[in-house]
Amino acid sequence: MTVPVPTPVLEARGLSRVLPGPVPVTLVNGVDVAVAPGEFVAITGPSGSGKSSLLYLLGLLDRPTSGTVLLEGRDTAPLDGDELARLRLEKLGFVFQFHFLLPEFTVLDNVLVPMRKRAALPRAAMTEHALDLLDRLGLADQARKRPDQLSGGQRQRAAIARALANAPRVLLADEPTGNLDTRNAQTVFDIFRSLAADTGTAVVTVTHDEHLAAQTDRRLHLVDGRCV
Amino acid sequence: MPLLLTVALTHLAGRRRQTLVSVLGVALGVGFFIAMSALMQGFQQFFISSVIDVSPHITLSDEHREPTRQPALVAYPLGAVSVEGVKPRDERRGVKRGLAIAAEIARLPGVQVAPSLQGQLFLRYGSAERNATMIGIDPAAEARLTRLERDMVAGSLHALETRSDGIALGVALAKRLGASLGDRLTAVAPSGVMRSVTVSAIYRTGITAFDDGTVYMPLKQAQILQDRHNVVNRIRVRLSEPTEAPAVAARLEARYGYKAESWQEANQGIFNVFVIQNAIMYSTVGAITIVAAFGIFNIISTVVFEKTRDIGILKSLGFAEADITRIFLMEGLAVGVIGALAGWLVGYALVAGLSSLRFSFGGGGGAMSSDRLRLAWSLYHYLAGGAFSVVSAMVAAWLPARRAARLNPVDIIRGVS
Repeated sequence: MTVPVPTPVLEARGLSRVLPGPVPVTLVNGVDVAVAPGEFVAITGPSGSGKSSLLYLLGLLDRPTSGTVLLEGRDTAPLDGDELARLRLEKLGFVFQFHFLLPEFTVLDNVLVPMRKRAALPRAAMTEHALDLLDRLGLADQARKRPDQLSGGQRQRAAIARALANAPRVLLADEPTGNLDTRNAQTVFDIFRSLAADTGTAVVTVTHDEHLAAQTDRRLHLVDGRCV
Repeated sequence: MPLLLTVALTHLAGRRRQTLVSVLGVALGVGFFIAMSALMQGFQQFFISSVIDVSPHITLSDEHREPTRQPALVAYPLGAVSVEGVKPRDERRGVKRGLAIAAEIARLPGVQVAPSLQGQLFLRYGSAERNATMIGIDPAAEARLTRLERDMVAGSLHALETRSDGIALGVALAKRLGASLGDRLTAVAPSGVMRSVTVSAIYRTGITAFDDGTVYMPLKQAQILQDRHNVVNRIRVRLSEPTEAPAVAARLEARYGYKAESWQEANQGIFNVFVIQNAIMYSTVGAITIVAAFGIFNIISTVVFEKTRDIGILKSLGFAEADITRIFLMEGLAVGVIGALAGWLVGYALVAGLSSLRFSFGGGGGAMSSDRLRLAWSLYHYLAGGAFSVVSAMVAAWLPARRAARLNPVDIIRGVS
């Protein structure tokens, strides 16, 4: 089970998610987990074990049926939709299997979207920060291109840059390497690991790749919605 | 540019052709609204100003709105009274003390008064015979009150003043009788009096019923023909402010007891037609705008459907429901505003085009005829058309915008991954 962590940045307590219906389906069943700052955690398990569902709950995209998620020690259960959106904007970053870049926007503009939404910096500082991020991810010369002009690996790195735009406390990734070849997949994981080590950003990634999962600090294995 | 607006405009730019069609739909709706409003209001204003120009603003006549009540009915207002065998009294008809009343009304500020005596007349010239309505007038007062003097095509009102047996014929009546200026006709009134009259003026108002059936003569002459000396049965009043006619008419009626009819009341039927005309116009134009609104609904629904993925990621990035709603409302608003601006141009062009048209009608001339469409230029039409299109665009965008805002990002992301 979970290793006790002194000051978890993200914590789940008794987290369950049941899809209502004539035959209720239990996606996540009483999960307790705590993630420390700078920790790199993999969620693994067979298909349909509730990996992604757990990630969406942790990322405040979905609401648990019971249990709660604490972000930086703050209970998110009583928050309304707008407050959760605010937390996602400021504290969380998402990377999915599909890049989900806005197709009409350049790579740079895509990275700027969360920053402009947050509007915490002047415009020039945002651009500078975005270019810096892209540079760190090896995309400096791709900034003015549109997503359809990029390779699969570049798109996924651009998506990571966007997820990191507002310097989140936790980066949540759902099968981020699912559409990538081995080399690009390894690059993504290298980025995650250095991100966790260098900036203290916690990274939680869902993966079914045993080889990649082995590179993380900790593995959370799910079977039928339960941690085992 | 604000982020939400950037996203909204990007969506529209991605569907340029459909956006253009929607904008055109709104533009045509607004343009037609402006043109139709200008046409209708222009025609109605022209008609009203013609009516105000030609006819008196108030006509006080020797009629009463209610028949005289029998004394028994007055004595027992709550009783069940039946009076039978009532014969009409053979009164001397006319406005009692008519000339004195006319003089009294004339003392009101901004008021022109012309007393007249109206009756039937039979005109004979050679073998041609016509009957006509004769109006005995004071030519000088008539000139101030109506545009009769301006409608003269031969002779003048002044000629009626200078000779006591003068008569002014409408152009159509003169033609039917075969009479021209200076000809002597025989006039016979229902009273049996027969006199010889001289054609001193010929007029054309453009209203056939007038030109064919009304003759003017000096008041004295009409009184002699009708054998009603010093009697007038119409007091026509012209005000400096025509819109006050109903109020003034009500005061006159209350004071003198005779029926005082304002021009609004006299033309009530036409004003009712105007109301129906406006209802037809606004429902037609409303239908165009509703079709345009469906266009907006359609494009925004399409964008929501197409951009479901983007909506999902924006929500996961931390956009609230209200942000998503705003994006799509802005898209509707953009179509509505651009459409309204284009519609103003279309409306302006249509109005300019319509007002440059010229028609030629045979006969021509006179107060009621016009060789062109009368169009009313009004800023109000532009504002109303613009406001209507923007509001309908917002309403049309609202439903898809709400649907987009309520999309669940988890469903979207699961559907794609």
